[in-house]
Amino acid sequence: MKYVQEYRARDLAQKLAGAIAREAEAGRDYHFMEFCGGHTHAIFRYGVQDLMPDNVKFVHGPGCPVCVLPVRRLDDAVEIAERHNVILCSYGDMMRVPGTKQRSLIRAKADGADIRMVYSTMDALKIARDNPDRQVVFFAIGFETTTPPTAVAIRKAQADGIENFSVFCNHVLTPAAIQHILESPEVRDLGTVKIDGFLGPSHVSSVIGSEPYEFFAEEFRKPVVIAGFEPLDVMQSVLMLIRQVNEGRHEVENEYTRVVTREGNLKAQELVSDVFELRQDFEWRGLGMVPYSALQIREAYAAFDAEKRFAVSEKASREVKSCECPAILRGVKKPTDCKLFGTVCTPDNPMGSCMVSSEGACAAYWTYGRFRSETKAKADKEAAA
Amino acid sequence: MNAHDTSLSQRTGAVDMTHGGGGRAMAELIRDLFARHLSNPVLDQGHDAAMLGAQAGRIVVSTDGHVISPLFFPGGDIGSLSVHGTLNDVAMAGARPIGLTVGFILEEGFPLADLERIVISMAQAARKAGVPVVTGDTKVVEKGKGDGVFITTTGIGVAPDNVDIRGDKAKPGQAILLSGTIGDHGVAILSKRENLEFETEILSDSAALHTMVAAMVDAVPSIAVLRDPTRGGLAATLNEIARESRVGMMLDEAEIPLKPDVSAACELLGLDPLYVANEGKLICICEEADAERLLEIMRAHPHGGDAARIGTVTEDANALVQMRTGFGGTRVVDWLAGEQLPRIC
Repeated sequence: MKYVQEYRARDLAQKLAGAIAREAEAGRDYHFMEFCGGHTHAIFRYGVQDLMPDNVKFVHGPGCPVCVLPVRRLDDAVEIAERHNVILCSYGDMMRVPGTKQRSLIRAKADGADIRMVYSTMDALKIARDNPDRQVVFFAIGFETTTPPTAVAIRKAQADGIENFSVFCNHVLTPAAIQHILESPEVRDLGTVKIDGFLGPSHVSSVIGSEPYEFFAEEFRKPVVIAGFEPLDVMQSVLMLIRQVNEGRHEVENEYTRVVTREGNLKAQELVSDVFELRQDFEWRGLGMVPYSALQIREAYAAFDAEKRFAVSEKASREVKSCECPAILRGVKKPTDCKLFGTVCTPDNPMGSCMVSSEGACAAYWTYGRFRSETKAKADKEAAA
Repeated sequence: MNAHDTSLSQRTGAVDMTHGGGGRAMAELIRDLFARHLSNPVLDQGHDAAMLGAQAGRIVVSTDGHVISPLFFPGGDIGSLSVHGTLNDVAMAGARPIGLTVGFILEEGFPLADLERIVISMAQAARKAGVPVVTGDTKVVEKGKGDGVFITTTGIGVAPDNVDIRGDKAKPGQAILLSGTIGDHGVAILSKRENLEFETEILSDSAALHTMVAAMVDAVPSIAVLRDPTRGGLAATLNEIARESRVGMMLDEAEIPLKPDVSAACELLGLDPLYVANEGKLICICEEADAERLLEIMRAHPHGGDAARIGTVTEDANALVQMRTGFGGTRVVDWLAGEQLPRIC
C-alpha cells in the first residue's frame, strides 16, 4: 500500500540495523527514551528491539494519554455520568481504565450510566444534536494531537448554539512532561534512570512543531530526534541519536520531515489558544503535580466547560496498591518489575492504566513480548547449536 | 380467503405484541412471511418438530445467536449471516449440513418490511447453500427490550465416519492454511456503525463454506483442524487451537492475505486486522504433505481464491502464537483483550 508498507520494508530495516550495529560503539550503552506510547507500540509490534545491538536500549516514556490521567479525574468522569445523568462520550481507550475500587467507565455503563464510545469529537457533537433534551459531555483526554479537534467541537457548539454540549477537559502538554522527567531526581541526581536522548513525539510535533524541544535539548544537553511512528522511522531516528551521542551533540533533529516542521501547524495552534489556556497545575499519574502542564477552557467558552456545569464531590481517589504504573511511566521500572504484571494484572483484568491502553507499556510488553526473553534465548541457543 | 382473515401489511406494518401472542396475528405472520419465503417440503408440513431422514455417519449439531448491529451491512444482513455462520460451524467439523432451525426474537415496533427483507435474504442464502430451514420459532418482546431482531439458528449435519476434525489435533510440523483475506467482515460492519461511519467499498465476506469443506475432506480425510476465524479474528482462533492442542504456531506476516482497503481502514481506526472478524473464511491445519493439494482445492472454490499457507505448527509448552513480521522481527500474537468491537455477528 502507498505510504504504509514503504515504511515497513524489511530490506531497508536490515540496512539500518547494519548501520546501527556499526556505529553504536562497543563498551558504551545507549539509553533512549521513546516518549510516546505510539513508539513503544511500534517497537514491540514490529520486533524493532530484535534488530538492535545489545547496548542500545529503549526506556519507555509517559506518552500514553490514557495512562497519565490520574484516577481522580476518571472518578470525576464516572460521577458526572452517574450523578448528573448525562450522556458521557469517551474515546474507546478510556473505557476500561480502572478508577478507584476498579470502577471503570465500562463498569459504570453496565450499571446503567449512559456512556458511549466515539471516534471523534464530531460524533459527540452529533449525539448532542440528536438528543436535545439530554446533557452530553465529551470526556476530552490526550496530548497536543487531540486538543485541536476538541477546540473545533467547542467552537462549533458555540456557533451552532448547541447548548446541551460540554467538555470535561483533561488535555495535557508534552514539553512540560519531558522537562519534568529531566528534572526528576531519578534522572538528575540518583542516576537510576539513564537517558542519553529522546525519540521525540511524531503526531504531537506535527501540531506544536520541533521548536518547543529546543530549550531542553540545550538546557539538559540531551539530543532529541522527532521520530515518525513507523518502524523504519524509529530505526532511522535511533541511528541519528547514536550519531549525536557519538559526536557529543545535543540538538533537536527532525526525522519526521514528511509531516513535522519547526513551526508546526499554526492554524491548529491558533484554534487551541483561542479556546484553551494554561492550567496552573495538573496532576499526572506517575509524575505527580506538574505546573503549567495542562489546559483548561477559557472564560469566553465557559458555557461549554463541564467542570463548571456539573459539580463533582471531594473524594479519596485511590490507585491499586503495589501497581507500579507511576514508576513505569517515569521510566524508573519496567513492566516486568511489577509484582502484579501478568499475575493479577493482565489486559483482561487490568489493575493499572498502563495495562489497558494499546499505547501503555505494560500492554505492549504483555501483548507482544511477555515471553520474549525466554523465546529469544531459546532461538539463540538453537541457532548456536 | 375467509372474510375474517386480514392479511399482513408488510409494507407499512410493524411487529406488535400480538405477533407473538399465539393468536391469529401470529399465524398470519408465520404464514405470510416465514412460511411463504422459507418454504420447503419439511417446513411446509407445519409440525412443531421437523423430521429428517436418518443418515449414515455421525450427527453434528451447532447453534449460534446473531445480534449484529447494524442489521443490514455491505455484503449481507443478519438473515444471510445467520445462515452462513451456522452452516460454517457445522462444516468445520467436516460435516455436510442437512437442515437448519431458526428462532426469531422480535422487538415490538420493528418494521415488517425490514423483517421480510431479512427473511427473504435468509431464504436465498439457505436455497443457495442447498440446506433447508426445517423448523422455527418466533417470540416478541416489548419495545426497548430487544434491538429490532435477534436470530438464533441451529444447524444439523452429518460427518463421515472416517473424518475426525477437532481443535485439539494440531501437531508440530503441520501446515496452517487460510482460505482468503482477513478482516473484511469487521471493517464492513464498522463502516456502517453509527458514530463511526466512513466511505468504503469493502463488503463483508459472509459466505457458506460447506461445499469447500466437502471437497477438502473428500480429498484429504485426515485434515486435523478446521475452524472459521469469526469473532476475535485470525489471532483469537489460532490461539484457541494452540491452547486446545498444546502447541505453538509461527506465522509469516507477509503470507497472510489482506486487502489494501481493509489494511488502510484498520490503519486509520487503530485496529489490528489479525483481530478483526471474518464470516466467510476458514483455517485448515493439515500434514505438510497435503498442504499444496488442499490449497489447490481451496483456490478452485469461489470463496477460496486467495487461499494461502500462512505458517507452521511448532512445539511450545506455552502455546504461544508468534509471527515473523514483514519488518524482519518477531512478535507474539496474543489473545484479544476485552472486545475490539462489540456486536459484529
